[in-house]
Amino acid sequence: MSALAALIRRDVRIALRVGGGALIGVLFFLTVTVLMPFAVGPDLALLSRLGPAILWLGALLASLLTLDRLFTADHEDGSLDLIVMSRTPLELACAAKALAHWLAAGLPLIIATPALGLLLNLDGAATFAVALTLLAGTPALTFTGMIGAALAVTMHRGGLLLAVLVLPLSIPVLIFGVAASQAAISGPLSFGTPFSILCALSLISFVIGPFAAAASLRHGLD
Amino acid sequence: MRLSGRNLKCVRGGREVFSGLEFSASSGEALAVTGPNGAGKTSLLRVVAGLLVPADGAVALEGGEAELSLSEQAHYLGHRDALKPALSVLENLSFWREFLGGRPEDAGQCLASVALDHAAHLPAAYLSAGQRRRLSIARLLSVRRPVWLLDEPTSALDAAGQDLFVRLMRDHLGGGGIIVAATHLPLGIETRNLRMEGAK
Repeated sequence: MSALAALIRRDVRIALRVGGGALIGVLFFLTVTVLMPFAVGPDLALLSRLGPAILWLGALLASLLTLDRLFTADHEDGSLDLIVMSRTPLELACAAKALAHWLAAGLPLIIATPALGLLLNLDGAATFAVALTLLAGTPALTFTGMIGAALAVTMHRGGLLLAVLVLPLSIPVLIFGVAASQAAISGPLSFGTPFSILCALSLISFVIGPFAAAASLRHGLD
Repeated sequence: MRLSGRNLKCVRGGREVFSGLEFSASSGEALAVTGPNGAGKTSLLRVVAGLLVPADGAVALEGGEAELSLSEQAHYLGHRDALKPALSVLENLSFWREFLGGRPEDAGQCLASVALDHAAHLPAAYLSAGQRRRLSIARLLSVRRPVWLLDEPTSALDAAGQDLFVRLMRDHLGGGGIIVAATHLPLGIETRNLRMEGAK
């Protein structure tokens, strides 16, 4: 356990230091959200209707932005070799890395959501609903994205390939995340149904993500 | 304890790097792997470390801890030094000490034994190549593993660093450890030699 705690602490620490990815993700999220009202125009009703979708898209893209470094950074400097060789099961090490990535890059997005909700003309309840769905849904984005990050190591191609691989996997999360937010804001569907499915997607990704990523890393060793 | 490889064959990128390779080393012995560039020295070390799957043959460690695999009982010191530039020297070492588990000794003491204690709080980004190598060597000391797999361990080290490393290797061998080192230069200790000629 202390090995996993050490891994999480190290990754969070690196992300928060200068040059780490945590702040970049939040700034990107802010930029996307601020640009939207300029593109959509000064229609407040339209803006608040699109608000949850814009916040979700922003969070999705922001978490993708730093995800491609999840394993490639460790691969390039040789840390990954030592992690694979260690007595900690690789699946658990992958899960710990994903958790650290979520803590450093996902959680700040949720904390920033209330401020950005103001820009999109969302009232307090609506902002809270979006933040809650992001809290339940962004772990799924990280844990499924981890599979793409591991494949990117195997294929020696980062960046764009990751987006192509990961974005289709995140469609269900996006659908139910936005559906739950809309339901909470305007109805007529109940909030509980899409929100439960969103939580289920996160739980599934906790199980599948680490195993798929570890299998991919083992296969791709060279 | 005895580390042995039988009939090893390694294929990389469709090209046979070596085949029919046999080696063995017992407790207290060092094996120096020599040969021209591209002969497969690094590949051999990575096969022993469990980071490459051999196309044929197998590597075995007899007399080690039964529940642990060979790679879990080995330290690998590769070209890439597994250091994070954003973290300080002490943070880098403490992380590996904690992550690798085993019986950790004091991280500060390990730094002192590679003469890096004065730079403990310096970010690793500012280290020279030789200092990075010293820090990687400190990792070998921080957690006890019986098998050391070293890839060009003395490259970038100054004369004092090489003397220091020879002493550390002697200590390790004296404690019943095994060393397999890929090298071009004499290691400065008694070694058995494995000459790799490379595939024709």
